[in-house]
Amino acid sequence: MDEALLRSLTPGVLTVLVRRGADFAAAEDAVQDALVEALRVWPDGRPRDARGWLVTVAWRKFLDATRADTARRGREGRVEEEPAPGPAPGVDDTLQLYFLCAHPSLTPASAVALTLRAVGGLTTRQIAQAYLVPEATMAQRISRAKRTVSGVRLDRPGDVATVLRVLYLVFNEGYSGDVDLAAEAIRLTRQLAARIDHPEVAGLLALMLLHHARRAARTAFDGSLVPLAEQDRGRWDTAAIAEGIGILQAALARDRLGEFQAQAAIAALHADAPTAEETDWVQIVEWYDELVRLTDSPVVRLNRAVAVGQADGPQAGLAALADLDAALPRHTAVAAYLHERAGDLTKAAQLYAEAAHKAPDLAERAHLTRQAARLNARRHPRHSPPEA
Amino acid sequence: MAKYLLLKHYRGAPAAVNDVPMDRWTPEEISAHMKYMNDFAARLEKTGEFVDGQALAPEGEWVRYDGEGRPPVTDGPFAETKDLIAGWMIIDVDTKERAVALAGELSAAPGAGGEPIHEWLEVRPFLTEPPTITE
Repeated sequence: MDEALLRSLTPGVLTVLVRRGADFAAAEDAVQDALVEALRVWPDGRPRDARGWLVTVAWRKFLDATRADTARRGREGRVEEEPAPGPAPGVDDTLQLYFLCAHPSLTPASAVALTLRAVGGLTTRQIAQAYLVPEATMAQRISRAKRTVSGVRLDRPGDVATVLRVLYLVFNEGYSGDVDLAAEAIRLTRQLAARIDHPEVAGLLALMLLHHARRAARTAFDGSLVPLAEQDRGRWDTAAIAEGIGILQAALARDRLGEFQAQAAIAALHADAPTAEETDWVQIVEWYDELVRLTDSPVVRLNRAVAVGQADGPQAGLAALADLDAALPRHTAVAAYLHERAGDLTKAAQLYAEAAHKAPDLAERAHLTRQAARLNARRHPRHSPPEA
Repeated sequence: MAKYLLLKHYRGAPAAVNDVPMDRWTPEEISAHMKYMNDFAARLEKTGEFVDGQALAPEGEWVRYDGEGRPPVTDGPFAETKDLIAGWMIIDVDTKERAVALAGELSAAPGAGGEPIHEWLEVRPFLTEPPTITE
């Protein structure tokens, strides 16, 4: 059973229903029903024309639902049995779906859920599992999202930036359940990049590929985080790196720099370094300067301070850090790292422990606690046995 | 089956026997502890007794309603004296004895020196739905 094929067909099937006159919300429900049906019956034998099968089943589900709805309201059925002739295909409806599902009127969580379902072809259950919420909650989030965009027509181009933010969120929000959201984000971004010629779409795709390439090396066998400098670079996915760098170079050649291209450029410089020591930190700082110019984000300035610490030494890094708000997430962790490199182990250990206290996730908390423990163990070789 | 909450505290529980802050352990001891906790949850999933496990950040605040049209009143961060929950595991088990036995195992997670922490955990039964048959 090729679930990937099923998912890749989803947006096309949905747009067929919309072209036949179904409203978006009802069409999307019908496609979801057809997907669930396919997941149930395809394992016994996939239809030869998978797309045709999905269109037929989805259209029938749509008619059933509409009839039931009409009957409930005690009216005569007004729905045509035969599909109304829609406008000629050719306009890229799938692209419009991306815009609709990332519409600025939606909250980020709603846009993510709707994109994964309507464009990604995931079931509500899979999305709910991935985001660790009950299925009923996710179902409500999706139907509210559809109500929110119900007045939006599918025929106007939207804002690429909002779509990219949604895809970035899908990629970046970790993964659980049986769906690999990072891989799914890459698939959706790749599909988008094939439909729209935009250097930032390419930049985001490159960024995702370059980070995904390091995934196997990012976690140790016991599940703990492995920082970039300590990763076994032999475990990086060289094919993904090559693809990411190729896409990035083509995008940069267009000379329309954006934040995703700049972030991808930084990831590419890391990917290029045969060892952590050979990293071109000077160039990385230059890219952070570009990013600061593009985004003026305090988080970028914080990352820049780390890079400055590598390029010009820990004192320079600490000086860059001093200009930033200490309440920024990870500020304490960065300070701990720079103090350690500057040789102040006592201060570093204390800051690592403080950073662990503020860590936003368990893996990072464990990592920072280990850093504190490592320095403490060095400063006070094996404490006396605990009193029992 | 009955559900129980196994509650772990940052503060407010009686002191553990092996009471050494984690940043004074060795990195290997931290890894061993993490592995024990993960294995424990994985084993309960296999036996069909695991429901949920979550960890909480140590910082938070009190919030209360302050009347129509006004933003809620907040008070925080928590005072140092406050009982502070670190996280929980919810299990669905046949008997209270089983819940207590599992809490005991969880409390044996290794800490400093690789020795069990003997941490105090709170075991709280859930209030259930009323039964269908009442007489």
